[in-house]
Amino acid sequence: MRKANGKNEPLFRLVKLDSPSWKRGLAQRALALLLAMVCGALLLLVLRKNPVAVYWQMIVGSVGTKVALTNTIRMAIPLLITTLGITVAFKLRYWNIGGEGQVCLGAIAATYFALNFVGKVPSWLLFVIMFAAGALLGGLWAAIPAYFKAKFNTNETLFTLMLNYVAVYIIQYLREGPWMDPQQTGFPQIPRFPMEARLPKVLGVHVGWIIALVLVVLVYVYLRKTKHGYEIAVVGESMDTARYAGMDVKKIILRTIFISGALCGVAGMVQVSGADFTLTETVAGGVGFTAITVAWLAKLNPALILVVSFLFSMLEKGANSIQTVFNISNAAADVLTGIILFFMLGCEFFIRYRVVFRKKKQARDLETAITAAVPAAAQPESVPTQPEQEAKEGAECSR
Amino acid sequence: MKHQNLAVSIRGLCKSFGPVAANKDLSLDVRWGEILALLGENGSGKSTLVNMLSGLYLPDAGSIAVDGEPVYIRTPADSFRLGIGVIHQHFKLVDVMTALENIILGLPKKSRKSKKAHEKAVSELCDRYGLHVDLHKKVYNMSVGEKQTVEILKVLYRGARILILDEPTAVLTPQEIDRLFDILRKMRDGGKAIIIITHKLNEVMAVSDRVTVLRKGETAGTVETASTTASQLAAFMVGREINLDIERVEPKNLSERLNVVNLTCVTEDGRKALDNVSFTLNGGEILGVAGVAGSGQKELCEAIAGLYPVKGGAILYKNVVDGIEISENIVGKTPREIFQKGIAMAFIPEDRLGMGLVARMDIAENMMLKSYNDTKSLFVDRKKPTEMAKTLIERLDIAAPGVNTQVSRLSGGNVQKVLLGREISSDPTILISAYPVRGLDIHSSYTIYRLLNEQKQKGVAVLFIGEDLDVLLALCDRIMVLCGGKCVGIVDAKTAKKEEIGLMMIGEGGGAYA
Repeated sequence: MRKANGKNEPLFRLVKLDSPSWKRGLAQRALALLLAMVCGALLLLVLRKNPVAVYWQMIVGSVGTKVALTNTIRMAIPLLITTLGITVAFKLRYWNIGGEGQVCLGAIAATYFALNFVGKVPSWLLFVIMFAAGALLGGLWAAIPAYFKAKFNTNETLFTLMLNYVAVYIIQYLREGPWMDPQQTGFPQIPRFPMEARLPKVLGVHVGWIIALVLVVLVYVYLRKTKHGYEIAVVGESMDTARYAGMDVKKIILRTIFISGALCGVAGMVQVSGADFTLTETVAGGVGFTAITVAWLAKLNPALILVVSFLFSMLEKGANSIQTVFNISNAAADVLTGIILFFMLGCEFFIRYRVVFRKKKQARDLETAITAAVPAAAQPESVPTQPEQEAKEGAECSR
Repeated sequence: MKHQNLAVSIRGLCKSFGPVAANKDLSLDVRWGEILALLGENGSGKSTLVNMLSGLYLPDAGSIAVDGEPVYIRTPADSFRLGIGVIHQHFKLVDVMTALENIILGLPKKSRKSKKAHEKAVSELCDRYGLHVDLHKKVYNMSVGEKQTVEILKVLYRGARILILDEPTAVLTPQEIDRLFDILRKMRDGGKAIIIITHKLNEVMAVSDRVTVLRKGETAGTVETASTTASQLAAFMVGREINLDIERVEPKNLSERLNVVNLTCVTEDGRKALDNVSFTLNGGEILGVAGVAGSGQKELCEAIAGLYPVKGGAILYKNVVDGIEISENIVGKTPREIFQKGIAMAFIPEDRLGMGLVARMDIAENMMLKSYNDTKSLFVDRKKPTEMAKTLIERLDIAAPGVNTQVSRLSGGNVQKVLLGREISSDPTILISAYPVRGLDIHSSYTIYRLLNEQKQKGVAVLFIGEDLDVLLALCDRIMVLCGGKCVGIVDAKTAKKEEIGLMMIGEGGGAYA
């Protein structure tokens, strides 16, 4: 490489594509999936498993049976709602890495009412209160870094990330302190929710899925059709433009991030009251981070988020099921999902760029036509094309 | 054998960005000991060419030969080694270092010697080419002209034999330009090959030996400077005959619209960006603002528009409320509050895509930037802005596939037409325009001049921040000169001389008020 300085064309270069066609994109994604599966197969062969059977089990284990499908959907619900929340913030170019913490705070608020208000209010009202409280606390939690961002232009990435840990420790404190279940001996736990505080089921899955679908529509409309959505888009593109247009940038940041946190809070409420029926430190379970990947893969489009978050849950559920059926270790299953994600995310680059390799020396010389670079013997029969003629002229000059 | 001693020879160079071919089949030659002017409008591919010669971009096809040897310039280091030195339009200097430190920064290890030895060598270089700069001055204390000298020294000291200057005169005063040209001639006589990139015709005529004209990424042709004229070159550049005269309409019914009194603004680091600036702006006139870049033009515009904090002074707007004329101080008001007072102010900011428009939105969405909140509804109304976009595209002849075209995909001239069109549609009484023709091709520039004149005739008070003194002198009625945030004076554009304004720009002369 070193000696090639200024003398050689590089091996390849990247060319940005104009407007990538969706057909090409689809084909490339399919190819990426295929390559991922081939790579994964190598891993599985080393583990002495039949790759075809394992892949088949991933599908059957995630959507093949009613029980599996129900579980997959149950996993997708909090991911979907959290991604919607993250998306609202990302549209503003506010990097909310604190989805995890906001989910926790939403869950804490909902748990408080689930543990203390059963029997005091009708069940439907209890759900409304839990929902509102989850949204409110999640939103307020997110508003803390947003306030500092708007006021002092602090870095929201670090701030929101750190608050995640605070949120988890709040739950730990509650579990070991004020909310500890007195009937449990041994490992301290928060009591399980009474039946009245558990979300009812519709078609086999708790109503969280209906809430999630409604939120998809609402977020879509909010971002695309309302003035608020327009403001978010403008501020996200350029704060200077927003100020120029007379927008109150600070207010928009606070309002938008409150909504973002509130959505995450709702995800927490739905999770405790629909799936977990109690509050644990793992209530968010990494959903706040996965949501970031989902949001980008879905290009911040609410409709695509619905699809991508379901596919993500399929992958996770499928990985779980091969662990039990094929006795594959947890770590190996994670490597397998990692491989698939790596290829799927990596192929996004190739959808936007094209790689052009260096032409073969002969072809290049013909085309570029410079001075002495054309060895006379290389193309004895070539017709003198225009560039070649120029080359000859050039050669003369250099003498 | 006519091309003896070619320094750089470029043949059939192509470079595309997605669907846009920035350079296609571009060919040119530069000889040792000549100044070649590379003339072309914005978007004709000049910068792309420079970036390929300096190793920032790789060509898609074609060849570059230096000294007759074919080369592939893959990195800026390759470019250095080949003796190519580029002086970019935006200087790349470390502010807190001295001139000398900047010059020897990043030199290869083998040329490591004492600072004293370096200083001696650099001084010799200065003497040889008549460059004057205090080598121990920190860059942040330097004027733009001095910084440019340091940039030139930097590339010369690295042994550059081929110098490329990208729009070197854009930020200089007329006197500094003359000095630069003298230096360039000396370097040419010393046998160096010099490419000067510009779109100013008079400079081409003044300094170059030959001119290569680029048009839409292609070489339109090469001519000897001595055997051509400015208007011929302009026609060459645009592809057809054009009239280079700027019309100046006689101002009528002047009425005081804006009175700026002792305006003072302070930057974040405590520097006075504007220092006691006072002037009046009348309806029905174009008031030009001249000054070296960074003399407070940006702050002045933004302070009037309510976007820059004002430390002292007043901006009084003559408003008519219920038939009574009153003076309202708009200092401390946000853009929205100014609008709500019924003051129709249009503002064309310097940074069109970063402030005036949203680059990633389409034309229609950009139309509603200032008016989206005029209705009570929760939802945005896209119908009206779409209509408005359609009208503008038609009326201003904007080259766009449709109202849903992203603004970032438009050319500079069309972007400016979208912005100016939107601002004019709001029927303003004041129009503040910061560098409205910067980066525009000749045709678009003249469209903008025409639109500004139209506004002036309608009685709008127009503030025109300009950089080309010829344009300022031809278009404006009066010219205010700023230097270091101070108003040096206001001159009558019909009688003022370019040299006089040039002196005022560096703080000398002045005191004249028209």
